[in-house]
Amino acid sequence: MTYDPDQEPYVALRTKALESLLIEKGLLSAEAVDERISEYERDIGPLKGASVVARAWVDPDFKARLLQDGSAIAELGLTGGGELVVVENTPDEHHMVVCTLCSCYPWMVLGLPPTWYKSFAYRSRAVIEPRAVLREFGLDLDEGVTVHVHDSSAEVRYMVLPERPPGTAGMTEDELAALVTRDAMIGVAKVGGPVRHLQSVVPG
Amino acid sequence: MNGVHDMGGMHGFGPIVREENEPLFHAPWEAQVRAMMVIARSRGYFTIDAFRYGIERMDPAHYLRAPYFERWLASIERNLLENGFLTSDELDDRTEYFRRHPEAMRPRGVVTTPMPEPPDESVDSPLPASQFAVGDAVITRNIHSPGHTRLPRYARGKRGIVQRLHGPQIFPDTNALGLGENPQPLYSVCFDARELWGDSAEPRQTVSLDLWESYLEPASG
Repeated sequence: MTYDPDQEPYVALRTKALESLLIEKGLLSAEAVDERISEYERDIGPLKGASVVARAWVDPDFKARLLQDGSAIAELGLTGGGELVVVENTPDEHHMVVCTLCSCYPWMVLGLPPTWYKSFAYRSRAVIEPRAVLREFGLDLDEGVTVHVHDSSAEVRYMVLPERPPGTAGMTEDELAALVTRDAMIGVAKVGGPVRHLQSVVPG
Repeated sequence: MNGVHDMGGMHGFGPIVREENEPLFHAPWEAQVRAMMVIARSRGYFTIDAFRYGIERMDPAHYLRAPYFERWLASIERNLLENGFLTSDELDDRTEYFRRHPEAMRPRGVVTTPMPEPPDESVDSPLPASQFAVGDAVITRNIHSPGHTRLPRYARGKRGIVQRLHGPQIFPDTNALGLGENPQPLYSVCFDARELWGDSAEPRQTVSLDLWESYLEPASG
């Protein structure tokens, strides 16, 4: 059988080789690797962060504690490595998060990062032309809004508390959480209001 | 180091490409690499700082060409080689073996190395007193270390305002090189975009960075 580099790329072979050597040397177990991978498969993405945002929208006291100290997420049973800072978007102040040096990301609340967050384009541009970046994401901020970019250079992780959209009064915490997107918690989008379904007009 | 990884403010990388309904991993090896990194780090085979420094020391052309998790793989390899856990000949030979025997399974085995004490990344031993307070004006040092640093090029020699005190964190510049944890106070420092980018700055913009105390000097006046 001839080797087909497209079928088994070199990095895949190299990964397999590294893993097998580490297992033979007693440095790693296959079970531990498999367990980690199944954890990633169970990754629930940004749902934890969304529940934090929804709670902050309905509970001003919680919101105040959260903005003071991100470890307030423990009140929702959430924990995770390292210090979390939550920054609040308002009509006048817009926060967004990047890691220009590598790919630091608040995985404890948002899960694994999307590839665009780790891309050279986002890492290079977010700090020097954030408004242009936001326009690419479909967010055109008014000139009067101040843009605060957080470059995650240490072991502190940042999450954005987006603005609560209009038209959501009376919604439950779960309904609110369902509106919150990952991109809004990175700060490259706003949270949209509930989708309104037009009544179809049935001719009588 | 003034490496290609230090991308803040660079031009030429084009628009931000987003993938609809992106999978968590694009191939099984990516998940394996991620898992191996997390396990190796938790078992103390290398530190997060050494891991980042390993990525930064990639050949720049390779760094730019390699997919994200290939950069991780390169650094895991490099750190394990440098720390004496395996040799590059072993790894080359095993890769060649799997190339010739694509059907070969990975071995089963048990971990025989003792689990080390979990790395203590929270710093609790005598807290160095913080030199700066919220609201203080500081200037970042204009350092160009060939080693590891978390002070990006675009923010060197710049004036900013201390925004938040985080308490001490392990100093990556020494920890990455195995020269000790040397915890220092960490500060969020806020820079006006015009300080960083001059007249080309967009209006009404700031950039905040988390910076260790030895990156900072008091700003006079």
